[in-house]
Amino acid sequence: MSTTPELAILNPVEEVLRKDRIPTIWCPGCGIGTTVNSFAYALMGTGIDLKKTAIVSGIGCSGRVSGYMALDSFHTTHGRAIPFATGLKLANPELNVIVYSGDGDLTSIGGNHLVHAARRNMDLLVVCVNNMIYAMTGGQAAATTPGNSMSTTTPYGSFEPEICLPQLVDACGAVFVARWTAFHVKQLERTMAKALKKKGFRFIEVVTPCPTLYQRRNNMGDGLAAMMDYKNSQQDQERRPHLRSGHGARRRYHRR
Amino acid sequence: MPKGSVAITAERCKGCGFCVEFCPTHVLELSSAFNAKGYHPPHMITAEKCSGCNLCGMYCPDFAIFGYKFPDLKGGKVGPA
Repeated sequence: MSTTPELAILNPVEEVLRKDRIPTIWCPGCGIGTTVNSFAYALMGTGIDLKKTAIVSGIGCSGRVSGYMALDSFHTTHGRAIPFATGLKLANPELNVIVYSGDGDLTSIGGNHLVHAARRNMDLLVVCVNNMIYAMTGGQAAATTPGNSMSTTTPYGSFEPEICLPQLVDACGAVFVARWTAFHVKQLERTMAKALKKKGFRFIEVVTPCPTLYQRRNNMGDGLAAMMDYKNSQQDQERRPHLRSGHGARRRYHRR
Repeated sequence: MPKGSVAITAERCKGCGFCVEFCPTHVLELSSAFNAKGYHPPHMITAEKCSGCNLCGMYCPDFAIFGYKFPDLKGGKVGPA
């Protein structure tokens, strides 16, 4: 085994991180840090002016991201990340404003703000880290909690189905909508880089594991099990495209 | 002759195992040693297979690991992929 020499180079993402804040508060197996990696590489790769970039977060596990990025950052009240970002953008239109927050914050408590910012086509990039539960506040059911899943506020399983965020935001008129999981790091980086260069309301949903509060209550294993699940479900869809609704399904119907 | 290597900051690691599972050439393994927080950080078991692709660095949620390529004879630069 070759001995690793003492390195003069540092982890390249540390360029846009606040090193004094690391280690992060996130649980082992949480996928939020993985999305931060993709975001950091996208920020550095596009070469946008970091002095004119601001990041706004609400409350929650994903709301901590603004505190870990070495950008102008705002940690706002619960659900009100988009209104703060709207004000920031209107007061200083030169800024690149990025909202980086969680699903409970952006779509459950601040759901109206998301809908109307998309309707007004505010010039914001919204990254929604969807871990399907209110994680930091103790595992309450959110609007994105899938039906029949357990949480602290739904001990008999949640009765309502979840919101499909990309379809919601698309219906409200956003110019760029994407969804990836924490497993798809390279694809997520490319999508974020593409979205950073566009104008208008851009929305990226990232599905991430929450091993402590969502998966543990629903017998879904740890963070690694969720990542493997994202990987395998994607490979299933690639190998058997007729399972997807759409072109393949229609073709199979005609053949019959 | 390995094309690259990884650098590990063991004190940041939380032992989630993402880097071990998703390394394309299966270079890493969780070691039996502990760090100060009581987690098992990864270590290289087959260092000669490492390509320095930095996929471990992309997956690591705690910024504790990253890959870098060795300079080759054609004058490539040292640094992450």
